[in-house]
Amino acid sequence: MIKAHGGRLVNRIPEGKERETLEALAPSLPTIRLNERELSDFEMIAVGAMSPLEGFMNREDYLSVLDLKRLAKGLPWTIPVVLSWKEGGAEIGEGEKVALLGPDDEILGVMEIEEKYSVDKSQEASKVLLTTDDAHPGVRYLDTITDSYLGGPIHMLKRPGHHRFENFRLDPRETRVLFKAKGWDTVVAFQTRNPIHRAHEYLQKCALETVDGLLVHPLVGETQKGDIPAEIRMDCYKVLFDNYYPSTRTALSIFPAAMRYAGPREAVFHALLRKNYGCSHFIVGRDHAGVGNYYGTYDAHYIFREFDRYEIDITPMFFDHSFFCKKCGNMASQKTCPHGSEDHVFLSGTKVRAMLAEGTKPPAEFTRPEVADLLMKFYQSGKE
Amino acid sequence: MKESRVTIKIPRPLYNRIGTVIEGSGFSSPTDFIVFVLRDILGGAAPDPAQETFSAEELNGIRQKLKNLGYL
Repeated sequence: MIKAHGGRLVNRIPEGKERETLEALAPSLPTIRLNERELSDFEMIAVGAMSPLEGFMNREDYLSVLDLKRLAKGLPWTIPVVLSWKEGGAEIGEGEKVALLGPDDEILGVMEIEEKYSVDKSQEASKVLLTTDDAHPGVRYLDTITDSYLGGPIHMLKRPGHHRFENFRLDPRETRVLFKAKGWDTVVAFQTRNPIHRAHEYLQKCALETVDGLLVHPLVGETQKGDIPAEIRMDCYKVLFDNYYPSTRTALSIFPAAMRYAGPREAVFHALLRKNYGCSHFIVGRDHAGVGNYYGTYDAHYIFREFDRYEIDITPMFFDHSFFCKKCGNMASQKTCPHGSEDHVFLSGTKVRAMLAEGTKPPAEFTRPEVADLLMKFYQSGKE
Repeated sequence: MKESRVTIKIPRPLYNRIGTVIEGSGFSSPTDFIVFVLRDILGGAAPDPAQETFSAEELNGIRQKLKNLGYL
C-alpha cells in the first residue's frame, strides 16, 4: 500500500502517561479557541490526514510553502496550515504550551508554541489564492483572522464533537485497513463538494476500470454560502451508491477538510491528503477547487508538472470536460468524442439550478433521476 | 557525535570487487559503499504503514468499527 506523505502516518493522539500529564496540565494553560477551519485542520493533523505535519506550521514551513510549494525540508506541500493568534486572547510566548478549545470552550488539545510570527496576509492571498480580491472566499477568510500566526506541534486529547455523518467518518488508519481488507492495492479517490451528476459518475467509473477500488470522498468541512449543503449532497451520494455503484469495489466516506478555494494549489493538497488515506490515484477534473473565474479550467492539471511524480507518489488522473453525446450514444469527453457541442447534453450550473427550482427534471443523461428528485426537493424548499 | 560501529564479515573476493567498482565513483572506501547500499535497501523496505502502528487489539477494533458501519 502507498506510504503516507513523508513516509510515516502521523498520530498526535497521546496515550498512557503522556495523556495523563497533558490532561492534568491543560486546564491551567492559556487558551486559544479554534475557528471552524482551524478545528478541522487540528483534527486532521492529529489523525494523520495531514502527515507529515505534526502541528500548525512554523514560519519556515509557511514561507517555504508560499514561495516554493514545499515544506522547509523539501517535501511538496501547497497550502499553509496555520493557527492564527486571536485578538483579545492571552499573550502567548514562544516555548509555552496552550490549551486549544473547541466551539463550546471544551479543551480539545494542547499545543507547544515553538514560534509566534507575523505574516503579510495579502502576500499569502496572492501566492496561494492567486488573488487579493475580497470577493474570493479565501481572501474573505483571511480578513477574519489576525496577521499573527502560532506554530508548533499539537496533541489531541479529545475529538471535536461531530453531529453529522458519524457513519461515514473514517480516519486514514481506518481507510487503510478497509482497503487492505477489501484486497484493494490501488484505490482512486474522488474529491467533490457538489452533487454527483452523470459526468462525475463517468469519471469515477472510467478511473475505477483501471484500479482496484474507488473512494468517493466528499468534502464536508467549511464551504461557502451557495454551495449545496453537505447533508443534501450526502443523500445524493447514498442514492447513487445504493443504485449504481458496486459495493465490492466502491466506498463512500467523508473528507472533513475545510474548503480553501485555492484552485490548483488545493488540487495538489487534496491529492497529498488522499495519499495519507491510502489512495494510490486521485481524480483531477475541470477547475478543481476553483471558484468564480480565478483559475484556468485546467490549471489544476498543469500544477502537477511542477513536481516529480515520485515525490508526489499518488498518481493524478486528469480528466477533460465530459458529457453525454447523443451521436455517440454514451458518456464521453472532449478527448474521446469527435462530435460538436450541439450533440452534447450539457447544462450550466445556473441552468440546472433554475430547472430544479421550477420542478423540471434535468435529462437523465445529465443527472440520475433519483439525484434530481433529491435536488428538486431541496431547491423547492427554499433553503438554498 | 560519531556513530558507534560494528564489524561485519563479508567474503574477501566480494570486498575486493567492491573496491574495483567504486574506483573513481566518489565512495572513499568499500565500507562507505556498503553502508550506502544497505541504507538504500532498508529505506525501500520500510514496514507497511497500514500495519506499522497497530497492535492486534487496535486492528481488531478498527475492523469491528468498519463492520458495524457496513464497510466490511
